Amino acid sequence: MFGPRDLLDESLSSMLARPGRALLTVLGTLLGVAAFVSVLGLTATASGQISARFTALSATEVIVEDAPDSPATAGYAYPADTETRLTVLNGVRNAGLYWKPSTGDAEPRVYPRPPSLGDRGEPLTVTAATPGYLAAVHAGFRAGRPFDSWHDTHAAHVAVLGRAAAARLGVTRVEDQPAIFIGDVAFTVIGIIEDIDRQAETLLSVLIPSGTAAALWGLPDPEAGESPKVLIDTELGAAQLVGDQAALALRPDQPERFKVMAPPDPEQLKTAVSSDLSTLFLALAGICLLIGAVGIANTTLVAVLERTAEIGLRRALGARGRHIAAQFLAESAFLGLLGGVVGAALGVSAVIGTALLQQWTPILAPTTVLPAPLIGALTGLLAGLYPAHRATQHRTNNNPPPLTTPN
Amino acid sequence: MSEPPPVIEFSGVGLTHPGPPPVPALHPADLRIGRGEFVTVVGPSGSGKSTFLNVTGLLDRPTEGVYRLDGIDTATLGEAQRTALRGRRIGFVFQSFHLLPHRSAVENVMLALVYTGVPRKERRALAVDALQRVGLGHRREAAASQMSGGERQRVAIARALVGRPSLLLCDEPTGNLDSGNADRVLDLLGGLHAAGMTLVVVTHDGEVAARGQRSVVIRDGLLRERETR
Repeated sequence: MFGPRDLLDESLSSMLARPGRALLTVLGTLLGVAAFVSVLGLTATASGQISARFTALSATEVIVEDAPDSPATAGYAYPADTETRLTVLNGVRNAGLYWKPSTGDAEPRVYPRPPSLGDRGEPLTVTAATPGYLAAVHAGFRAGRPFDSWHDTHAAHVAVLGRAAAARLGVTRVEDQPAIFIGDVAFTVIGIIEDIDRQAETLLSVLIPSGTAAALWGLPDPEAGESPKVLIDTELGAAQLVGDQAALALRPDQPERFKVMAPPDPEQLKTAVSSDLSTLFLALAGICLLIGAVGIANTTLVAVLERTAEIGLRRALGARGRHIAAQFLAESAFLGLLGGVVGAALGVSAVIGTALLQQWTPILAPTTVLPAPLIGALTGLLAGLYPAHRATQHRTNNNPPPLTTPN
Repeated sequence: MSEPPPVIEFSGVGLTHPGPPPVPALHPADLRIGRGEFVTVVGPSGSGKSTFLNVTGLLDRPTEGVYRLDGIDTATLGEAQRTALRGRRIGFVFQSFHLLPHRSAVENVMLALVYTGVPRKERRALAVDALQRVGLGHRREAAASQMSGGERQRVAIARALVGRPSLLLCDEPTGNLDSGNADRVLDLLGGLHAAGMTLVVVTHDGEVAARGQRSVVIRDGLLRERETR
């Protein structure tokens, strides 16, 4: 009997007999599927780009600034146990307070030898920091060690040099306990930082314990531009939570005076981008598919009317109504499938082309690309339902019998 | 053993198109065409030849009477069985050939085997056989659109023959052909008759009608025998 292979042969050869028309017919479906694939692909690619920008480092960094809104509350805001208050929070790995102390000189200079010897000195930044700060920037030491809380509480005159600052000062090793001078105060260099993960400008500065700075030059004065900040290094994914809690942990009495900068939630950003782009363009893709379906339905219907003679011939050769219907359904499904395949290829090319131009990483989910040809086939199948029905009906439709020529 | 039943047996077969008003297209008539006969059906335009053809070819159901094909009462059959009977027992030849233009001669002939349950592997050999019977074995791979009218009609006859039908039902088989090609097609039909095929040829051409053993005349839906000269 009329098997699947026969159905395949008959519908394919009928379709391929008119390749030009077949291509024009599938254009709508093709565009619809191409739009569908490229929208989903581009959305995935753009979101991927956003999450790539939010590397683990920036996603685990919270900075707290003191920003009192009235002069009445101005002044040094951080409690003495700032580090402890923050490190007890869940998700905080390290936290450290830091500021740039004013050393009394208008242009602070750091000297490798006593300034009385007439050295010109180097214009390096001096940073006062609690020991937690060194851990929070992930400082890696080339030589020596970081200062610790003992140095901090005892206001020890010790310094840690960034790699670049050490080179400027000619300090290469710490075993012989080299001294440097900030203004005319001597410090013993106990460590040289080789690399750092965040706040790279620290490599150019001289770091001294916050207790030492406070003992020498007093607590930082926000009015003089010394505005102290807290750097918090969090567990991955904890930054938003820590950001919410940090101000309250520091000053339960005045939490609102702190400005907390936590990284934006990448998930939220991703969904925002997805929903903006995809709802609009998926709607467009849907419209394209609808137009494609109407196009296929129209052409198939015209083909049915045009091919009444062929339908009549097939009936005369023993084809049953369902054979004829199956053939027209298969033809329209093939047209849809063709549109789906070519459209998916176009969509994939569009996504890859865009990604290449933007130097992004193209991201195409298999769940987007693989069903695309099937969507096309389904569109064609649905579009073929009515024409296929008409093809089996023409004998009862008051049409003249197609076989005999009027004589 | 009794004599084989006639290929076509009409007992009071008629067809009236339902109204309003009802239009009688074929008045009730009796007709008997035996195995191996060559019968022509003649009549002017609009006389009911097409209706006769459609009823005989199982495309239309008569509204009255009993039509037996090879002794099978076709009125009792369902649509699927009528379709199967049509595919197996009747070979159609049309005035305008009805070949699929993009397919080769042999593919056109094979189309007649698609719906009748012949295994795929056997179809090509059967189709080539049929093409050889109509003298077109050498043209088997030519596209239908590349053939002359006479060749096309011979391909169409091969297509009608390939399923080994009991009856060849031809509708104006020479209507679209010049006289040379028409003669060749009529000679071919005569040869098939000589080989034992039952032929019914509907025509309004007296020359064609003269080739048959018997003629049936239709006028205003009325069917009656006419003695051949």
